[in-house]
Amino acid sequence: MTTDRYLQVENVGMAFEKRGVRFEALRDIALTVRRGEFVSLIGHSGCGKSTLLNLVAGLLRPTAGHLLLGNKEIAGPGPERAVVFQNHSLLPWLTCAGNVHLAVERVFAQREGKAQLAARTRAALALVGLTPAADKYPEEISGGMKQRVGIARALAMEPKLLLLDEPFGALDALTRAHLQDELLSIVARTGSTVVMVTHDVDEAVLLSDRIVMMTNGPAATIGEVLEVPLERPRRRLELATDPRYIACRREVLAFLYQRQARKVA
Amino acid sequence: MSAIPMKRVVVAHPSALRNAAAAQATADAVTPGAAVAAMARGPISRIDEVVAPDALGPGLRRDDGKYRRAEPPQWLVTAIAMACGLAVFVAFWAFVAKFGRIPDPLSVFREAVKIFADPFYRNGPNDQGIGWNVLASLGRVALGFGLAALVGIPLGFLIGRFRFLSDMAAPIIALLKPVSPLAWLPIGLLVFKAANPASIYVIFICSLWPMIVNTAVGVRQIPQDYLNVARVLNLSEWKVFTRILFPAVLPYMLTGVRLSIGVAWLVIVAAEMLTGGVGIGFWVWDEWNNLKVDHILIAIFVIGIVGLALEQSLIFLAKRVTHGVKA
Repeated sequence: MTTDRYLQVENVGMAFEKRGVRFEALRDIALTVRRGEFVSLIGHSGCGKSTLLNLVAGLLRPTAGHLLLGNKEIAGPGPERAVVFQNHSLLPWLTCAGNVHLAVERVFAQREGKAQLAARTRAALALVGLTPAADKYPEEISGGMKQRVGIARALAMEPKLLLLDEPFGALDALTRAHLQDELLSIVARTGSTVVMVTHDVDEAVLLSDRIVMMTNGPAATIGEVLEVPLERPRRRLELATDPRYIACRREVLAFLYQRQARKVA
Repeated sequence: MSAIPMKRVVVAHPSALRNAAAAQATADAVTPGAAVAAMARGPISRIDEVVAPDALGPGLRRDDGKYRRAEPPQWLVTAIAMACGLAVFVAFWAFVAKFGRIPDPLSVFREAVKIFADPFYRNGPNDQGIGWNVLASLGRVALGFGLAALVGIPLGFLIGRFRFLSDMAAPIIALLKPVSPLAWLPIGLLVFKAANPASIYVIFICSLWPMIVNTAVGVRQIPQDYLNVARVLNLSEWKVFTRILFPAVLPYMLTGVRLSIGVAWLVIVAAEMLTGGVGIGFWVWDEWNNLKVDHILIAIFVIGIVGLALEQSLIFLAKRVTHGVKA
């Protein structure tokens, strides 16, 4: 049954306390993710989707409920749950290879020799097509390339669960489409379980098996969950005219802009 | 060449019409730029009479490559400006020297050549070459400064990392930082009962504050993103320090080091004047007692050049070791 209930989020609530004022960000979140599934969290900004991702990452501890991964409680951050941060978060004093190597070293240094670690680093950079940039520093490469290094760093750890926090949000549309296609093929190869935060409807429909739509905060919760009945591999061009794709897209848009329309002050 | 565009200008520019006679008189002689200047001098009573450069006709456009002179490269302009500055300085010096109290640049230069011909002679403890004196001062600075780095940088890390320690240190630092380092000299003499350790101790005290404060600021400035990376990777404390904290703080630390060494070099001269022995500060005072004003002027230049070299080498170092992090 573990394949059915791999990541379990059980009635999780999250409240922040700032200068004595209590702010309830999330309430009663219940969600299970199957092994190998690609789930997107979508919602308006401020709805707590990044908070939920940080809870799964273990960077935050919930104020109510539990999170389980493979039936073990998530008690803190760990390398089996790799995170690709919104702003790539590369360390500027390490080269691209150095950034990936830091992660590789942490996960595999106890079992493998130096040559194997270096090979893993090279393989991860090759996976995202950045072999030529391996010895460059983050400041010397473009935003899209930095984000790819961030993805390579996460994938190199061979995580059980890959967490993506608006991974392509800061990129231009063309680079974003390119990286989405790359992510699709990488995930297809590695069979990773992925939870991705996004506010891009097309991105969610294109990449996900299920789309979790969140209501507006405060005290946000899961509004609806949409299955995306599209077989893989998915091709961007063919999907653009596929009626099922269009229906999914309309469904998400309707949720975001009719049922959860932002109250304009 | 300028006559034809000039006529167009006169037609296009209403205010220039009033000035037409004057402009026409100079039209044959002036360059286009000067013509514009001549018009600008004309009586412009309303703002809307000032026309955009384009309205002046194609011949006068400033962005028209035909009339623009090739500009010299920026570094050359900078170098010329610097040379001009130095020339003005020397000229002023020569002018002041005319009044007789201060030796003129040329005689100081001749004396400097003499001094630097043999910087490392030794005729007893109170008569040594300028090289020995500078080295003695640099040695004291290095020692006091090194001790300050040894104490200040770890202390800065602790103060930056732990709020309680920071609050504890705040009043002490606030109180002691503005104290002139020389005020510590008597305490140093009292405790160490010797001039040399006392001046090293003064250097230590004055270099300490910038290093503590800048390192602590650097630690507080580390972006949460970097720390999140460390947390997700679950790095060991040692790895967090060597791979994340230290490189992230390094540029701030180097700023502290740079400030410290500047202050230390300022202070050592004063401290040595008071304590005596060997050293550039003592040398200045000794030459004052000998009334060799030209030597004092040479010492001033030497102090300036050494200070500049210290600062520039640290700036160079900072550029080499930092990647994309700015302090």
